Amino acid sequence: MMQNDLQTASTSRIDAVLARHPGAARDSLIPILQEVQEAQGYLSEDAMKRVGQHLKLPASKVYGVATFYNQFRFSAVGQFHIALCRGTACHVKGSAKVLDALKLALKIEPGQTTKDGMFSLEILACIGACGLAPAMLVNGETYANVTPDSVRAILHDCRKRSAKNA
Amino acid sequence: MSNIEVNGRTIEAQPEDTVLAALRRAGVRIPTLCAMENLLPSGACRLCVVEVEGQRNLVPACAFPVTPGMKIKTHTPRAVKARKTIIELLLADHPDDCLYCARNNNCDLQRLAQEHGVRARRIHGEKIRRPLDASSPSLVRDPDKCVLCGRCVRVCEEVQAVSAIDFVGRGSKTHIGTAFDEGLNVSSCIHCGQCVHVCPTGALTEQSHVEDVIQAIAAGDKHVVVQHAPAVSVTIGEMFGLKSGADVAGVLTAALRRIGFAKVFDTSFAADLTVMEEASELAERLTKGGALPMMTSCSPGWVKFVEQFYPKLIPNLSTCKSPQQMMGAVIKAFYAKQAGIDPHKVFSVSIMPCTAKKFEVSRPEHSRDGVADVDAVLTTRELAQLIKMHGINLKELTPEGADTPFGERSSAGKLFGATGGVMEAALRTAHFLVTGKELDANFKPTAIRGLNGIKEAKVKVGDKELTVAVASGLKNARTVLDQMLSGERHVDFLEVMTCPGGCIAGGGQPLGVPLEAIRERMQALYTIDKEDTLRTAHQNPSIQKLYKDFLGKPLGEKSHHLLHTHYEVRDVA
Ligand code: SF4
Ligand code: SF4
Ligand code: SF4
Ligand code: FES
Repeated sequence: MMQNDLQTASTSRIDAVLARHPGAARDSLIPILQEVQEAQGYLSEDAMKRVGQHLKLPASKVYGVATFYNQFRFSAVGQFHIALCRGTACHVKGSAKVLDALKLALKIEPGQTTKDGMFSLEILACIGACGLAPAMLVNGETYANVTPDSVRAILHDCRKRSAKNA
Repeated sequence: MSNIEVNGRTIEAQPEDTVLAALRRAGVRIPTLCAMENLLPSGACRLCVVEVEGQRNLVPACAFPVTPGMKIKTHTPRAVKARKTIIELLLADHPDDCLYCARNNNCDLQRLAQEHGVRARRIHGEKIRRPLDASSPSLVRDPDKCVLCGRCVRVCEEVQAVSAIDFVGRGSKTHIGTAFDEGLNVSSCIHCGQCVHVCPTGALTEQSHVEDVIQAIAAGDKHVVVQHAPAVSVTIGEMFGLKSGADVAGVLTAALRRIGFAKVFDTSFAADLTVMEEASELAERLTKGGALPMMTSCSPGWVKFVEQFYPKLIPNLSTCKSPQQMMGAVIKAFYAKQAGIDPHKVFSVSIMPCTAKKFEVSRPEHSRDGVADVDAVLTTRELAQLIKMHGINLKELTPEGADTPFGERSSAGKLFGATGGVMEAALRTAHFLVTGKELDANFKPTAIRGLNGIKEAKVKVGDKELTVAVASGLKNARTVLDQMLSGERHVDFLEVMTCPGGCIAGGGQPLGVPLEAIRERMQALYTIDKEDTLRTAHQNPSIQKLYKDFLGKPLGEKSHHLLHTHYEVRDVA
């Protein structure tokens, strides 16, 4: 798809969400943001501005509220969406070091997406896979007992897969 | 009325009082950080905690209502220790930068630490660093010095109805940011600087031009001239231990000459010029038709507010430039020519009570052929710094007369410094222009004077009765505009000042002054007007001469070119 088509598609997705909330007021802000994220995968600046206009709220307020909650992300997810569990068990087993390794390798913070759009990073509260700690998901697929070394290998593997499909 | 007991002493309290309000009235001082005059308490900082008999925990005085007979202790060791701990926690995540800070010696945080005897860093914690935002032409935001009291957010929303900034993020990542954490320059900020006034620390300061001015004077290859705004001369004395409201125009002129300015102009003269143009524009709109109400355009924060939030009302804005910009244009286009100086060689400085004026000079419409009308803007605060830096004490100087290449001002121009002043000055002249007669004693200007946020009056101009309205503080302006748009309110001529009270309470004025000082500055302006013999712009012989020698007539071709401007719709978040 061309850039323009992408934009139109996302605009109409936001429109569809807003159309479901005619005459909504400030207390609908969070549910609307959730629906927009559902529809768009993340909250774009444009979407937040439009939500603000719809609810007659300044964009700074919408952004302030959205950034208060961990559930919202502000960039589109990458081709490979990496979610690292930071629950207690994973923490005890060394997930902090894994997170550092991921941040260093990808040069992004949780909630962000790499410039080439290949990887996005997210941290999750306990995902209930404590037996596999530290646990990590890549596009929903679980990797158990990850270490700084093993995640570097996983990233490498993702890149290879992506190159093959291209 | 109900009595309460404070530290063993009985004091009177009003039924609606918070504990803080009752304490303040009785002269009992406790520290506060987040509490703001005239706004509802947020109870966020808990610095104001006191002991109330029967309450197990300390209570925040700013948010706690009085009940008859309640017993309060304000300075028990427990309360004082709680406050001190809060201060220590704030300092744990604060740079130790006082020596390099604009607020050194005038900082609430510093004062609180001092008053509570904080002498050692007891609490160690990670210092969270965030980048400085110097993108705005008017303000600098240093998040490292922010204590997250929320006062700036509240003034921006609840007083100015702008909401350019808000709390962003949560937990240890919480900070004050614009929408999408972009630079303040691309946000909806209208540069009013009211947030600087309420900030207890050096997290918000003006974008300083002091160094540029010093360099320009020192370089010697430029003819450096200066203009000072009507509100400045009734304020600057305060910063040198003179009584607030004292008019020190004479010694200010003397000081500016000593600093090295080649010419000292009075912006009030340009205000007279603004009155001539604006009154003519009003007369034309009334007689020949044009967008009504006409809205004043001398307050640059308000102008940007209309451009971004009420673009449909742009045609209602007067096309007149502000006095600062008119003076700037006339200095470079007329004075320079007369004095035989290349306009490129003139460095034109203005001294303003305003941070938005720094934004105004940067608007591209205010340059002609690559020459800006005004090159640097100093706030009243920066002026004080410049004077002190030169070892000058205003108290020791003898007053000198202003340079008058353009001649004298009328006292109408001086009124521009207070809310309602532009209206009063313009009505005097508009009445004359429409009817050929002076506005007589039948018009009592009291209705449009004073510090009320929204004022209204009826005035007869010829056979028409005009409804004029005056608003200061943009929340009030928004109220008036919304009432106008819904048909609830009819207005023919609307004056808006961005800052509550007008320029005398502008974002560039001294920090931490009581409302009383602002009243006194206002009184000073009206006293000047009362005692003056030349009280209208159109009777000002120097103004008449400038039209005769150079400008032609109001709204004429030259005026159009030099003294009028246009506006743009702005799409901001
Ligand atoms: S804000 Fe106050 S305490 Fe902080 S460095 Fe500046 S003067 Fe010191
Ligand atoms: S300068 Fe005025 S508009 Fe800008 S952030 Fe401060 S209070 Fe808001
Ligand atoms: S910038 Fe100043 S006023 Fe705003 S929250 Fe920080 S300390 Fe308070
Ligand atoms: S001043 Fe009372 S809680 Fe901040």
